[in-house]
Amino acid sequence: MGYQAGTFDVIVVGAGHAGVEAALAAARMGCSTLLLTINLDMIAYMPCNPSIGGPAKGHVVREIDALGGEMGKNIDKTYIQMRMLNTGKGPAVRALRAQADKFLYQHTMKQTVENTENLTLRQGMVERLIVEDGVCKGVITKTGAEYAAKAVVLTTGTYLRGKIIIGELQYESGPNNMQPSIGLSDHLRELGFELVRFKTGTPPRVHNSSIDYSKTEIQPGDDVSRAFSYETTEFRVEDQLPCWLTYTNERTHEIINNNLYRAPMFSGAIEGTGPRYCPSIEDKIVRFSDKPRHQIFLEPEGRNTEEVYVQGLSTSMPEEVQLEILKTISGLENVKMMRPGYAIEYDAIVPSQLWPTLETKRLKNLYTAGQLNGTSGYEEAAGQGIMAGINAALKVQGKEPLILDRSQAYIGVMIDDLVTKGTSEPYRLLTSRAEYRLLLRHDNADMRLTEIGYKIGLISEERYQRFLKKKEAIEAEKERLRTTKIGPQPEVQQMLREVGSKELDNAIDLYSLLKRPEVTYKHIAQIAPAEMEIPADVAEQVEIQIKYEGYIRKQLQDVDRLKKMEKKRLPENLDYMNIQGLAMEARQKLNKVKPLSIGQASRISGVTPADISVLLVYLESYNRKVAN
Amino acid sequence: MDFDTIAAVATPLGEGGIAIIRVSGSDAIAAVDKIFKGRQKLSTVDSHTINYGHLIDENGETLEEVMVSVMRAPRTFTREDVVEVNCHGGIVSVKRVLDLVLAQGVRMAEPGEFTKRAFLNGRIDLSQAEAVIDLIRAKTDRAMKVALNQVQGKLSKLIGKLRQQLLELMAHIEVTIDYPEHDVDEVTRTLLSEKSRWVQGEIEKLLSTAKQGKILREGLATVIVGRPNVGKSSLLNSLLQEVKAIVTDVPGTTRDIIEEYVNVRGVPLRLVDTAGIRETEDIVERIGVEKSREMLGKADLVLLVLNFGEELEDEDRNLLAVVKPMNAIVIVNKTDLPQKIDMEEVRRLAGDLPLVTISVKEEEGIEQLEEVIASLFFSGSVQSDDLTYVSNSRHIQLLQEAYRTIGEAIEAVENGLPVDMVAFDIRRTWELLGEVVGDAVSDDLIDQIFSQFCLGK
Repeated sequence: MGYQAGTFDVIVVGAGHAGVEAALAAARMGCSTLLLTINLDMIAYMPCNPSIGGPAKGHVVREIDALGGEMGKNIDKTYIQMRMLNTGKGPAVRALRAQADKFLYQHTMKQTVENTENLTLRQGMVERLIVEDGVCKGVITKTGAEYAAKAVVLTTGTYLRGKIIIGELQYESGPNNMQPSIGLSDHLRELGFELVRFKTGTPPRVHNSSIDYSKTEIQPGDDVSRAFSYETTEFRVEDQLPCWLTYTNERTHEIINNNLYRAPMFSGAIEGTGPRYCPSIEDKIVRFSDKPRHQIFLEPEGRNTEEVYVQGLSTSMPEEVQLEILKTISGLENVKMMRPGYAIEYDAIVPSQLWPTLETKRLKNLYTAGQLNGTSGYEEAAGQGIMAGINAALKVQGKEPLILDRSQAYIGVMIDDLVTKGTSEPYRLLTSRAEYRLLLRHDNADMRLTEIGYKIGLISEERYQRFLKKKEAIEAEKERLRTTKIGPQPEVQQMLREVGSKELDNAIDLYSLLKRPEVTYKHIAQIAPAEMEIPADVAEQVEIQIKYEGYIRKQLQDVDRLKKMEKKRLPENLDYMNIQGLAMEARQKLNKVKPLSIGQASRISGVTPADISVLLVYLESYNRKVAN
Repeated sequence: MDFDTIAAVATPLGEGGIAIIRVSGSDAIAAVDKIFKGRQKLSTVDSHTINYGHLIDENGETLEEVMVSVMRAPRTFTREDVVEVNCHGGIVSVKRVLDLVLAQGVRMAEPGEFTKRAFLNGRIDLSQAEAVIDLIRAKTDRAMKVALNQVQGKLSKLIGKLRQQLLELMAHIEVTIDYPEHDVDEVTRTLLSEKSRWVQGEIEKLLSTAKQGKILREGLATVIVGRPNVGKSSLLNSLLQEVKAIVTDVPGTTRDIIEEYVNVRGVPLRLVDTAGIRETEDIVERIGVEKSREMLGKADLVLLVLNFGEELEDEDRNLLAVVKPMNAIVIVNKTDLPQKIDMEEVRRLAGDLPLVTISVKEEEGIEQLEEVIASLFFSGSVQSDDLTYVSNSRHIQLLQEAYRTIGEAIEAVENGLPVDMVAFDIRRTWELLGEVVGDAVSDDLIDQIFSQFCLGK
């Protein structure tokens, strides 16, 4: 028997990485928000690797922060180690990665959620949606609580019809033996949603004191202060924990090969599609049989735990085989396994059923985000979560939705990929997915998105003013470099000799000097310092913008082309089946995706340039008819 | 609307004495002005005027005598600035003029693009929208067919190989970027530089062959073969008469390498070794099967002539066997005589080769033969607007851009720019080469990364 449990503007179902960002965004934008989760102890839980960031993923964390989200701040408060990766490969691909204290991460996030105004946190398993005339109007929990809402965001992760597989053993379960959500999955199917079955996995955890670290290589954190959030002011450089590197060997591979017949991956027990970028160890050994060894990283799961995550050893082999495998690895000869690794299968929504706002096409006011949309990774989930939360709130407030395009953010690349192309495996962001990679840098996420975050009300006035000052300072310093000339004075020549650059014949402006490959902003500041000291983040922008000006300009030209195509809007409910001149394949694909612009249409696989020409002509005549 | 500036040949190719190259877009006048020398700069002439002058190539040499119409927006076909260059109609000169125009930063027009712009700019009435769509569709489909024909050949294989090399290099770069801690060797500057230079060299080779514009400039090398007395000479003469041949007498050469050009429905044929046609020896017997196969294999097109009024002889059979794997047409001549040839056997021996029966004497079947020649090279659907030629110019333009772009990658490596910048140029090169063979940008790279490297958490 149901009961009326309350009315909210926005309800978020699931409190993982997508759910908390969605709920925090909606609440902070002034919507009364309810966050429902199966288990209050599992908020922002990390069921897999205890780390956040890395290439593309770290970029997303910065973007979330620039939009006013929480992930960056939370990891800055709870990391045990931070490193900047790809430092030698150029500004576009540099990225931060942190090892998290996963327990502290959860608790800190839970506190933030609990203390956020407009946000109600409650335990409950949602079984059904309240739907009237194609509009989602609320949710019903297993205990019979009926919550009404103007918008609902589903972020159910891997819980939908979750199934854990370890060797021959299979049982219904969410991640880490949490309760799975069976009813909601069936209900979504009933409502007409197309679901797919995906698979992912996690490695075993082992006891810290049973590891002989002397047989491994140490992987320390950086010895400079790092932070994801633009608001973070406290750093911990000293107090970091190292990770450790070791390898599999022939013996490991032999044991795996001997037990392949018991591996669910190969015995046919697993039906879901797993990600290629995150294969299990048995998969790696079968597919790359000529590789003599594979890397294994040993990562502490936190400061107040002995559990260590064995990165690189994701597996669903039987428990006893897992232990045998572990013991072959250098440093793990006497290891004590605390939890076995497992594979997990779950239902996901085919993401081409979503608008770029993450609202479903089938039901109005229903949004989905995170692993439910076929992605993988905490950062990908959080990136969608904040966008779904923002758009749900904007819808409730009767405002224009927010869609980030491919030239603005990795978040935009990801969502566009998902809703335009769909995905045949759990989707992971890679920097190579971003065609405007040189613009979507880790360093300039604030330049790209703070303005937007401020406009929607997620960035405080104080932070916005600070951002504007930074922007001004960058322009002023660039102007100074442009207009200041420097002659062949001894200290200049000496500096140039030292860095291996050609000495000056005549006076040259500092701007041109900085463009030389060997010269950095630091050198410039040495020989011709600004009157006031230039903050490091300003100097970084000045240096990157000047040094890579040519390439940045090339990308901006590409973006111009993109924007022109994105500006040509297509009506939402066009029936492409009736447009003469379109190839049949294009009609079907277009009808499925329902692109919002010519630009989006052109990215659908199977839609040819000729189809786009036809669409342009059709659109023009459509607009003229409408104008008449 | 603002569009880039485009150009294309507006008149059917190879026919008529005058050809028109149409240029449309905001840079149209400036672009043609750069290569035009007349009494007045085109930028200063009145709209809707025709101006006499010469086109000057990049070396300052006079290329062509031309009449140039200047029509300023909006009273033009596309409602943009339009320039039309009227030049001599020969294939060679039209191609040179078009290439020169394209070298001024003008893009080759897509099929139907002028009409599309006319419509999008409001020049064409709404009621014609459907007709515009049909036009785009039809032209594009036809162009695609021709392009496919071309790219199934050697060019596409070469480019495919080049792209695969680039793709592997890209995957290697990307894997070190997206998986920085993985035990994959970093891509060194030396490797980047070597690979890029190799690619640049290969593109240069492609360009040098493409630049010869073999087929377009020289025509399809065509050989007429057959036993004595089957009517080779009369067929040659007939083709020559039929289509207003251009006979070039190359100075300093002897009679036996006189090459004769004919234009069959837009397909330029270069009839080589025509002297040989008049010889009366059994080629296969004289030089052997292998040798004759090799010799005939150099031809782009072989016309094998048989005699309707005589029984098949071994020499005919030999020739049929030799030409069977080639681009050949089997012609049974002299249908005016009483039949002695066994057509069943001919059909069997000819296999998939097109078979045409004609009578040169009675002037029967010549038109059908011409059609077969044209369809063989244009997949049957291309009429007088020579799209092979058009897409070729586009290919050259893309290859030139690819050459420039990979050059920028090399420069970036030399200047010590980081790998993310170099990767940008390499990826762009790969995309440009993809456009040549009609491969859309896809998830190839991601696929390559995961099949080439073992990754995982």
